[in-house]
Amino acid sequence: MTDIIQKVKNLSIGFRSKKGEEILILKNISTNIKKGETVGIVGESGSGKSTLALAMMGYVKHGLYTIGGECQFNSSNLLKMKSKDLEKIRGRKIAMIPQNAGQALTPNLKIGYQIDEALQLHSDLDEKEREKKISELLNKVRLPSPETIALRYPHELSGGQQQRVAVAMALAGTPDLLLLDEPTTGLDVTTQAHVLELLNFIAKDTGTSMVYVSHDLGAIAQVSDRIIVMYSGEIVLEGPSRDILKRPIHPYTHGLLKSIPKLSLAGLPESMPGTQPQPGTIQSGCSFFDRCNFSDENCKNNSPKLEFLKDLNTSVRCFNYEKLVNESQASQTVNKIKNKSQDKEILNLSEVSISYAKQKLLDQIFNRISDDNPTVKDININIKKGETIALVGESGSGKSTILKSIAGLLRTKDGLIRFDENRNLSSDLKERDPNDLRIIQLIFQNPDESLNPNHTVEEIIAQPLKLYFGLKGEELKKNIIDLLQKVRLGEFYTSRYPRQLSGGEKQRVAVARAFAAKPDIILCDEVTSALDVSVQAAVLNLLQQLKEDFGTTYIFVSHDLAVVRAISDRVAVLYQGRLCEVGPSNDVYKFPSHPYTEVLLGAVLEPDPDIKPKLVAEDIVEERPPEKGCSFQGRCSRIVGDICKKEIPPWQLTDSGNAIRCHIPIKELQKEQF
Amino acid sequence: MLFLIIKRILLGFITLFIVSIITFVGTEVLPGDACTTYLERQAFGEQLEACYRRLGLNVPAYERYVSWALNAIQGDFGYSLSGEMPIKEVLGPRIKNSLVLASAAIFIGIPIALILGIITALWRDKLPDVAISTVTIFAMTIPEFISATLLILIIAIWLEWLPGIVIVPTDVSFLELLPNIILPVVAIAMIMTAHMARMVRSSVIQVMASEYVQMAILKGVPYWKMVFKHVLPNALLPAINVVALTIAWLLGGVVVTEVVFNYPGLGRLVIESISNRDLPTVQALAIILASIYVSINLLADLLTLMLNPRLKTLQIRK
Repeated sequence: MTDIIQKVKNLSIGFRSKKGEEILILKNISTNIKKGETVGIVGESGSGKSTLALAMMGYVKHGLYTIGGECQFNSSNLLKMKSKDLEKIRGRKIAMIPQNAGQALTPNLKIGYQIDEALQLHSDLDEKEREKKISELLNKVRLPSPETIALRYPHELSGGQQQRVAVAMALAGTPDLLLLDEPTTGLDVTTQAHVLELLNFIAKDTGTSMVYVSHDLGAIAQVSDRIIVMYSGEIVLEGPSRDILKRPIHPYTHGLLKSIPKLSLAGLPESMPGTQPQPGTIQSGCSFFDRCNFSDENCKNNSPKLEFLKDLNTSVRCFNYEKLVNESQASQTVNKIKNKSQDKEILNLSEVSISYAKQKLLDQIFNRISDDNPTVKDININIKKGETIALVGESGSGKSTILKSIAGLLRTKDGLIRFDENRNLSSDLKERDPNDLRIIQLIFQNPDESLNPNHTVEEIIAQPLKLYFGLKGEELKKNIIDLLQKVRLGEFYTSRYPRQLSGGEKQRVAVARAFAAKPDIILCDEVTSALDVSVQAAVLNLLQQLKEDFGTTYIFVSHDLAVVRAISDRVAVLYQGRLCEVGPSNDVYKFPSHPYTEVLLGAVLEPDPDIKPKLVAEDIVEERPPEKGCSFQGRCSRIVGDICKKEIPPWQLTDSGNAIRCHIPIKELQKEQF
Repeated sequence: MLFLIIKRILLGFITLFIVSIITFVGTEVLPGDACTTYLERQAFGEQLEACYRRLGLNVPAYERYVSWALNAIQGDFGYSLSGEMPIKEVLGPRIKNSLVLASAAIFIGIPIALILGIITALWRDKLPDVAISTVTIFAMTIPEFISATLLILIIAIWLEWLPGIVIVPTDVSFLELLPNIILPVVAIAMIMTAHMARMVRSSVIQVMASEYVQMAILKGVPYWKMVFKHVLPNALLPAINVVALTIAWLLGGVVVTEVVFNYPGLGRLVIESISNRDLPTVQALAIILASIYVSINLLADLLTLMLNPRLKTLQIRK
């Protein structure tokens, strides 16, 4: 058994509550990591997956402590090791690639120094050799011009570049085991696909073992040989990656996979009810019991053991896994959404431009905006009553900027925003009357920040009811409870504070607040990005249900193309603040499409080991839109000539009503690239 | 960068200009003026007129402001009422005295504060932290007139080690002055050090909990190297501004301590000239204290800007 590199044995980690009880974060975890293997650890937030990864480096966070068990590396227990000895293992034998490289790189030290530090600690190279090695490493992670990058500070790099630096830093000690804690969460789809591809390459090239921790089954599917599924501090399923993704025999994994929207399937995925129990609340029985569709009395009273199934080469913690053996994941059912849009136009953006440029004094005095190359330019969209239109694009594509302008939070430079065919909406919030404000409501990405922590749920929802309808007393109370029921929250939630709610519940309160104003249009800004997958499906289903009840129009901003596919009737693709393609979602997701749409679609990660992302364009970050020509010229792999650099491409219409802005004729675009 | 510095200096001058107008208008709208104060009961008729003419108070207020401001820029604040001495000569030794007191407190207080703050943060919730934090909370909460009085009682009266109040003229040599100022310096430094140590503690704790420090540990960086390379430079940056405010406060605001120890510094001069209704001196003091605050804060901001790579590039890009 020499090929085992890290052995986790009966590991339990926890903390002591204020009452003095011992509360477990990790419950009796045992697993082995083999040489050259990539293991994916997947689970929702709070499942203990990061704690497990950190324990594999002998690191336990402040406030937690080891209750029992060991993490063996080279047959010594890391959790009992002295810090002197740990320093020799960390970075040299086992290295970590953190979730958020932007926060994990020390802000006052140059990139080159931070890599050099790892080299000084973990290699015998002299200064000259180290300098060469730094360039080599930066080259290896495919950063352009390593010599200049080394002299920069972390904040001078983009998110993707920072993540690459973190990879280079981890590789500096030539570790035998790499731990990756959500290394691509927070990156753009395209950047994420590139970083994953790099990690795959490194795993093959160096033979390093990897432990890849993520909540994203799509990313896990691309990199791992073996998958460990964690729930509430326990391993509930462990086995070869393909088997787990194709035939998940634990009800949690089964539900999780079903709740992920797929590119190939239009419509809303089934959601999994409930949330993961808080640590310390489960006394007896299976921790997944109250969310499980396959449970019985036995599950309520007895906790299942992790059972190794020889013929499937899989370990599972479930009494009733047999019920799932024959059920394949392909049976995913989706609720097809009906296009409810009417012919009546509800919102029209014409020639809208928005500028972030700092205005000169003279312009400020005359209250005008001058900018030849504004962040967002020439946006023409006609939104029909009752439809869901999605704006998609990478960060910096201007999608949230456009939402802010519609909401009146950001002044437009040019153009008109027209409501209901004849009413012009001022782009200045102060000039809108209360009714203008009421008809458009906004739901934000992060409910932690958009709900006032000092208000109860009742006060939060009461605000718009009092403001727009002047409700008081009994009537107000009745309306609040009504709204809470609409978002599937019980009456008893009224007295709770946001911090007493889970992420999904908070977002439901935010949805209820938006609907309290009885708006015509709701702007959804990445509303599911901060939520766990199983919760995301539930919120999407809720939004769809409310839309059918109230006939609301949604403008939905997201970077996740699969989510957009699930919920929207129409899609607008944006690059650098310019529209690339607008059309019915069925058509946008099919060829022919704009080269940029192809890039985005190609980079989507699906929880299926057979679907590999296609990387078409480089993931460069452009700071400003080009002055002339097509907005996508800098990254396009299908440039047809000088025309792309000089002229703004014309709109071309396909037969199905899909508009594409490209110099390449529709027929040419039709030819598949890959 | 240069543009920014010029902008900040300009803003500083505008602040001073506003302060000067406020103090000028303030002394102007108060009932009575320099002559009525000076002449007291004889302030009527011929004598008052003569006094007005002599002091130039018979011209319109704005003209007086302009001539006062022009002189003030050149360091000439006119004459003090009480002794009819040039204010310049009154202020000179007072500023020097305050500087001596402040710099002594700074040289002792800041290093101690830094060391205590770092120790308490690194041994958070352990014995050194609990012990030092308890002491700093006490030092912070006891008002200086009590701690100063206690110091005099114990050290000067019971033990008779040091003089309790400053009675020597302040132009004696530093060695002669030293025993006289030890007690006031200790009294001031206590509060200041306690404040700063707590600030440094929370700042270091915050940085220690950051992801980049966790990353440094996981990279295998030895503990003390991590503290000096990854923690302190980031934790002490915000301390610069607090230090600056403390210095400004030391130079002009330690009135209570100066009074208790009978120390002839700027703070006591402020009290004296207000109670004597010595308006020209009050005006001069207001301007001088404002300039101290403005220039020290300006220096602190520039220092932060230079030491923080993030701010530096941000400003250059703009």
